[in-house]
Order: sequence, then structure tokens, then C-alpha cells
Amino acid sequence: MTDGLPEGWELVVGLEVHVELATRTKLFSGSPNRFGDDPNVHIDPVTLGLPGALPVLNRQAVELAMRIGLALHCTVQRCTFHRKNYFYPDLPKAYQISQYDQPLNVDGDLALPDGTRIGIERAHLEEDTGKSTHLGGAGGRIHGSDASLIDFNRAGVPLVEIVSRPDLRTAEQARQYVTELRAVLVAIGASDAKMEEGSMRVDANVSVRRFGEPLGTRCEIKNVNSVRSLGRAIDYEARRQVDLLLDGNSVRQETRHWSEADGRTHTLRTKEDADDYRYFLEPDLVPVDPDPAWIDRLRRELPMLPAQRRQRLAEATALAPYDDAVAVIVERGQDDYALEAIGLGGEPGRVAVHVQQGFAEQGPRPAAPASALAALTRLEVGGALTATQAKVVLGDLLERGGGDPAAIAAERGFEALDHAELDAMVDAAIAAQPEAWAKFAAGEAKAGGALVGAVMKASGGKADGKAVTAALQKRRDSALG
Amino acid sequence: MTALELARQIRGGERRAIDVLEEHLARVAQHEAQIHAFNLVTADEARAAAHRVDEAIARGVDPGPLAGVPLALKDNLCTRGIPTTCSSRILEGWRPPYDATVVQRVLAAGAVPIGKTNLDEFAMGSSTENSAFGPTRNPRDLSRVPGGSSGGSAAAVAADFAPLSLGSDTGGSIRQPAALCGVVGVKPTYGVVSRWGLVAFASSLDQVGPFAADVADAALLLEVIAGHDSHDSTSIPQPAPALSAQLDRGVEGLRIGRITDLPAGAAPDVVARLDAAFAALEAAGARIVDVRVPAFTYGLTAYYLIAPAEASSNLARYDGVRYGLRVPAADTNAMYAATREAGFGAEVKRRIMLGTYALSAGYYDAYYGKALKVRRRIADDFARAYEQVDALLTPTSPTEAFPLGDKTADPYTMYLCDTYTIPSNLAGHPAMSVPFGTGAAGLPVGVQVLAPTLGEPVMFRVAAALERSMAGVGGAR
Repeated sequence: MTDGLPEGWELVVGLEVHVELATRTKLFSGSPNRFGDDPNVHIDPVTLGLPGALPVLNRQAVELAMRIGLALHCTVQRCTFHRKNYFYPDLPKAYQISQYDQPLNVDGDLALPDGTRIGIERAHLEEDTGKSTHLGGAGGRIHGSDASLIDFNRAGVPLVEIVSRPDLRTAEQARQYVTELRAVLVAIGASDAKMEEGSMRVDANVSVRRFGEPLGTRCEIKNVNSVRSLGRAIDYEARRQVDLLLDGNSVRQETRHWSEADGRTHTLRTKEDADDYRYFLEPDLVPVDPDPAWIDRLRRELPMLPAQRRQRLAEATALAPYDDAVAVIVERGQDDYALEAIGLGGEPGRVAVHVQQGFAEQGPRPAAPASALAALTRLEVGGALTATQAKVVLGDLLERGGGDPAAIAAERGFEALDHAELDAMVDAAIAAQPEAWAKFAAGEAKAGGALVGAVMKASGGKADGKAVTAALQKRRDSALG
Repeated sequence: MTALELARQIRGGERRAIDVLEEHLARVAQHEAQIHAFNLVTADEARAAAHRVDEAIARGVDPGPLAGVPLALKDNLCTRGIPTTCSSRILEGWRPPYDATVVQRVLAAGAVPIGKTNLDEFAMGSSTENSAFGPTRNPRDLSRVPGGSSGGSAAAVAADFAPLSLGSDTGGSIRQPAALCGVVGVKPTYGVVSRWGLVAFASSLDQVGPFAADVADAALLLEVIAGHDSHDSTSIPQPAPALSAQLDRGVEGLRIGRITDLPAGAAPDVVARLDAAFAALEAAGARIVDVRVPAFTYGLTAYYLIAPAEASSNLARYDGVRYGLRVPAADTNAMYAATREAGFGAEVKRRIMLGTYALSAGYYDAYYGKALKVRRRIADDFARAYEQVDALLTPTSPTEAFPLGDKTADPYTMYLCDTYTIPSNLAGHPAMSVPFGTGAAGLPVGVQVLAPTLGEPVMFRVAAALERSMAGVGGAR
């Protein structure tokens, strides 16, 4: 995958990913942490920053944040909280409680599917802000709006900010990083990590340089709301920066807003008018110093991560770990099921194909038992069912919640054709379409399609496409011979 | 009459809580117009609470150690459904939806809150003249200030509007007014009393504490409000200390420190009272030891960077949107500005600006960062002193109560009032002021007893001995 830059230029990307933790309650209060309810129902004195209210740290949030750190091979360390002071209507205390120079997790990495390791600088805890909706004006921004509505349900929801090192070199790598990170977060139960619902938010630090030169000036790209947009925004921004530099201009350090509508990034604020956050140690909280026993327990309790799952399934199916079927099955959490079917004597290749293609609507525990899938693939490889028939039987198995594939095949009247029947049908097809046969015999492989189709039709779906093609090739070869 | 004696009589059925309350309300009615200790007298709620106490006793249920004792609350302590103003216009009309932990605890102990007392706006000041609702006057001399910022709470006890009151102390705001009004005032160890529901001024320094007419009553009230609170993360996970039992132990064998490098500035009459206090303790069997606390003298400057820095962050939320005052204006930004302009007084604005500056990029290291280093030095120097002594004695205030208007023109001279009280806040240590006679103008002078972290038991022993020595010479009330 090329990043689309002119020869000699290199893209450098670091990502800041915010994820909302799947805790029962908020980071510093007992209000529920829930998305999608009526506005301003999950509020309390702490959430609203009422005078006299004090934060109390949610232990479950610390645990989930530690799990993220451990899954990303970070060092989990003694940490402190700081106040990040800035004034905005959806920030009720006028400061955000975050972590600054002593974050919970530092120095980890995440491997992309091809094995490239992307460094993780830190993964720290902080609280989310409320949600502003600006009415009137242009573009849903506060400036020029007629009124602003604020929903504090999200205020105080626990976030972990995961900051990568600037190790990403293409937009595709950035997409893979986010996809893989999301899979890890879901696997460890830390977050549902849904970009479209805002429970996972990605900001990209993008810079360009000529190969071998020091890092260029970076711009931070915000408002990227899907993995696809991330790739587009990075490619656009990289191109913009290279064009600037090629024209003899320089890149200004600034925060830019990705606009889905016009496919461009726009200046949000420059470094000069950036807020001075006046960080200082949050006096209402005490340091968290996770003891080694706690860290060890969480490490032991970590479930198998997506990369390990893909490796395991790849080995069982003889596919590559980055094969689509492997990735899709693991992403859906159906790898345990597929492995069970293989363990029960299912043909690995056919199991992978069926789970990838036929289980999109199924969860991690598909409706039909793995033993039925295993039996189905045995019928298939034994020649009793064609691939087409197997698909139909599989559909029935899932609909009925199981059953004996052989019995279902019989019900459907799926009996394998014997050779004599097949030969007769092939003869009939050649006789009916002499021109197609002539072309096929002359080496035009495409022309065979019409003949195969005719045989399939005549057999009422019982014929196996591959077997028909093989029969046709055999005729041609013997005719030539 | 002391709170202890009142509670004993009420629990024993000798007197009714409602009668005790009415006596106190009558005194308020008579003198409050001159003193202005209160922003709000909650007579109806107080009568309801007194009736509940009397009903409990009639049913044979003990209402608790403060049964029926009238008590005044500094108006920066949140009271459910009752206006809480911090003596600032910015909180106009706000009724907190919850009680501060200390309010819950005094109610659970049977106390009868009678009102919210005046203070310097957001507890920023040393005279209670920085109140949006006008100054409080010293009951001992109405031409003079009661000290501050908890001037209303100190005056309420001095005027016997209530035997007990609660204040908050960030740099001396309990101890200095206690000294100026001739009552006992205690700043506990940071974390001993919950800050939940105390409207924050400087969160790392703020601590709630009691005012009382004598040491035993102060111990009683502190025992009620102290102890771990899960709503305050900085609350020390320990039960309340047993203090009342310490009071009669005497000071025989205790080592009391005299700080030889104490910053100058105390008036000669105040120094004379301090010397008398050392002499009294020595006579009671204590040993006086000279110690040095070199960084003590830098406390004031460090404090005036750290406290405003935290205040600038704590007060940024008052924007007219969710609660309190809102001054309408053309657009939202103009509304914020107009609200803050009208809502905050001059001292509050001064400290917000000071603190914002001290934390700003490029200035942080020189100001806030350096102040933090001084804070650590003070704690270290105290720690070395406490290797040699059990408690320290200093003046509480450099002078007796001063006339209203005396220091309002020059903030710095006002700041100097807290020279001797600030270091304990910076170190997080307990300290208390005990009345110890009068000064040149015949007004009360307080002596400050300082102790190390969680040193309340020894601090109260020393305070009780000082009080007894005054009774011995006929100087006690």
C-alpha cells in the first residue's frame, strides 16, 4: 500500500486514541456510565462540579485501564492526577482531571497484523467532558451559533488516552493500528470502542519529511469519525504538507479539523492561540500505586488477545495469520467455535470458508453446534455434497439450531450425482451449445461458463461446479489428445 | 454555659433543647444587628431540629453527644436546601442539594444548627471585611474586626449566640479569628476532617475545624466531625482521635519548643503573653526547648502562590450558567464577564489573577514550582524540630484585634496577619489557638499550639494545660 506521496517523501503519523471504559459508574462519582439515555439524567454533584463536591476514584476504571496497559505491554506504574485547566461550557469544573507527568501506563507496543510493532508512549486515565450541541450558525460549531445545549451524561465518564509513538508510516498502517487496537480493547472487555458512537475517538498527529531527515512540524487532525475517514484525512493532510514544502512554504504547527463533507482538513486553532492548561497536581486525589500482586492478578486474568487468536486459527487451518478469513472469524469471536469444529473432525479449510461466509449474522456462539458443522464438511469432502448444497444445508442447520446434515441433505433431495448421470448431462449441454463448446475446446476458458451453467440447471443444483468443469476439461483434453 | 454541660442537661432531661435554643435565639435577636455574625439565621429549621431532639429524649432515645447544642455553620459549608453563599454574590440564590459531611455529622450527634455565619468572600481574608454582605464586628469591641476568614463563626461563639461553631482554615482562618475573639479554634491535621461539602478555596490547604469557648468543648466537637469519610479521597482512613480523655493528663515531661528563628512582627504585648505561656507550661512540668524552623519565615510567600493558584482553578467554574448569579448580556462570553465582574469582590479577583499567573507557562517554575519546594522545606524543617519536641508554641496573631478599615487599603499588611498560622497549613499539621489573657488594648490574645501530623492528642493536652493555668490566675472566662 502506497501512501501516495512523491518519491523521496515519508509520512510520519502518531495516533492519540481516546476510549471510554466500560465501567458501571463514572470515573469519580456513582452516576451510571451509560450512553443513549435522555440528556442530563446521569448527573450528581460531582458530575456537575457543584461547589463542595469532591472526586473519588473508581477502582473498576483503574483496573480496566491497567488491563489496557498490560495488553499493550506497558509498564504499569505509580501514577498521579493533574488538573488540566480550560474553560468550555461542557467542562463543568473548568478543569479536566487527567494524568500528566506520571501516567498509569508507559512504554508499550502494539503489533500490526504483519508483525510491525508500533510503540505506545503512554495510556493514561482521564475524565470525559459533557456533550455540546450548538444550534444555528454554521457547521455545528460554537462560534456564531444561536444556542448551545449541553448534556452532562457523558461528563466524568472514564477515558483512557492511548498515545502511540510516531511509528506509523502509511495511512493503511494507521487504519490497521486502530482496527487492531479496537480488537484488543473489545477482547479485554475494556471498552466497546465504537467510533460511530464516540466511545473510541482518534486524533492523528501527521507530519512529513524527506527520507533520512529529522521529524517535520506536525499537525493534529481532529474529528475523524471512522477508520475509513482516518485514512482519507491522513492522506489528504500528508499531501497538503508536502505541497506546502515543495512550494517553499513551511508547515505551521496547528490543530486541524477533518471535514467529511469536502474531504479536507481546516485550521481549528494555531499553536499561538492554544490554551495554556496550567497543569498542577490535583489536590482532591491521592496517588495510585498499584501493588505487584494486583498487577500480576490482572496480567494472569488477561484473555487471549486477537493476535494470539489469529495465530492459533492460522495454524489450525493452514492459512496465513493475516488471511481475511482468519481475521474475520477472530474479529467475530468465532475462532473458538471454528477450532472446536476442526477438533471434532471438520475439514479445516471448509470450516474456515463456512464460518467466514455463512456466519456473519452469528455471534461467538453460532446457532448450530460445532459437531454439525464438522459433519457437514466431512460430507462435502467425501463428495456427498457439493459446495452449493453444503451452503443450503448449513443455512438449515443454523435456522433449526442444529441437526444431522446428512438427514437434512436427504430431506432436500441432495444426492450426489453418479458419474453416468453427470456424463449424460455434459453430453446434452455440449450438444445443445455447439458454438460454446467449440470456443471452449479452442482454449477460451470463459466459454465453459455457459456449459457449466446448463449442467447445473439440468441437475437442479446437485452437480458440483468444480466437478462439471473438470468433466468438460477432461473431454477437451481427450478430444485434443 | 459550655456545650458539654448543655448536652448533659438536655440528655438528662433537666432542660429542653427548644428552651436552650430560644435563649440563644433571643441573644441573637438582641445583638446580631451590631455584630452581624450571620448571613442567615435558620430559626425555623433550628426549632424543628430542637423539637426532634426533645422528642427523641421523650422516647428514651439518646440524640447523641451534642444533644440540643446550638451550633453555627460557616457559610462555605453546604447545607441541603439552605442557601450557601461563601459571602459572595456569585452564589446568589444557590441552595446546595446536599449537606457537607461535617453538617451530617453534627446533625447525627444531635446538634441544632442555627445559621450560616459570615466570612471573607470564599474565605479569602483575615478580617471578614471582604464579605459581599458587610463586615462582622468583634463582640469584644464593636469597632474592631473579629479576624477572618471565619470571623462570623468566631464572633458567634464569642457573643454566645451558640456555644459551638464550625469554620474552615486555609492559612489561619479559624485560629486567627479565635485569637482575636478570645475563643478556642482548631485547625486539625489535613485529612482528619472531611472536606466533602466545604466549598473549596485552596483544596490542598483547606480544613474544617471547631470553635468553642473552651478546650473541652473544642475537643468534643472535633471528636464528632473527625474520622474517615469515603467521599473525600484525602480523608485519612482512621477513626476520630480520642481527645477528651487527653485533657486532664497534664504536660509533665512534655518537651515544648520555642522557635528561635520565628519571623518578627509580633507586637510586644503578644510576645509577652507567649512568654507567659511558656512559663505556665514550664511551671506545669513541661520542658521548654529552643528549636529552629528556618523555612517557617518563607511560609507566607509560598502560601500566597499556592493558595491563589488552587483558587484560580477552583473558582473558574463560577460562570453564571448552572447555578448562582447570572448577569444577562448580549452573548454568552459577555454574560460570563458581566457575571464575574458583578459576582466576585476585589480580593477574590486579585487572587484569581495572582494564581493564574503563578501557574502560567513560562512562570510556573519561578512561582508555583518554587513555592512547592518551599512547602516541602517547611515540612522537613518541622519534622526536624519534632525530633526534639512534642509540640511548638507561637503567637496566633501578631496583634490584638485591629480596627475595621485599618488594613483594607493595603492587602499585604492584611496578609501578614497569617504569618504564624500559615506554615501549619502548608505542612498539613494540626494547630490550635487558645485564649491566653489580654494585650495592651485589653483585648484577647491567643497562643498557638502546633503539633506534628495526627498530633491532636498532645496538642489538646498542651492547650488544656494553658487553659488551666489561666483559671489558676483567675484569667479564664
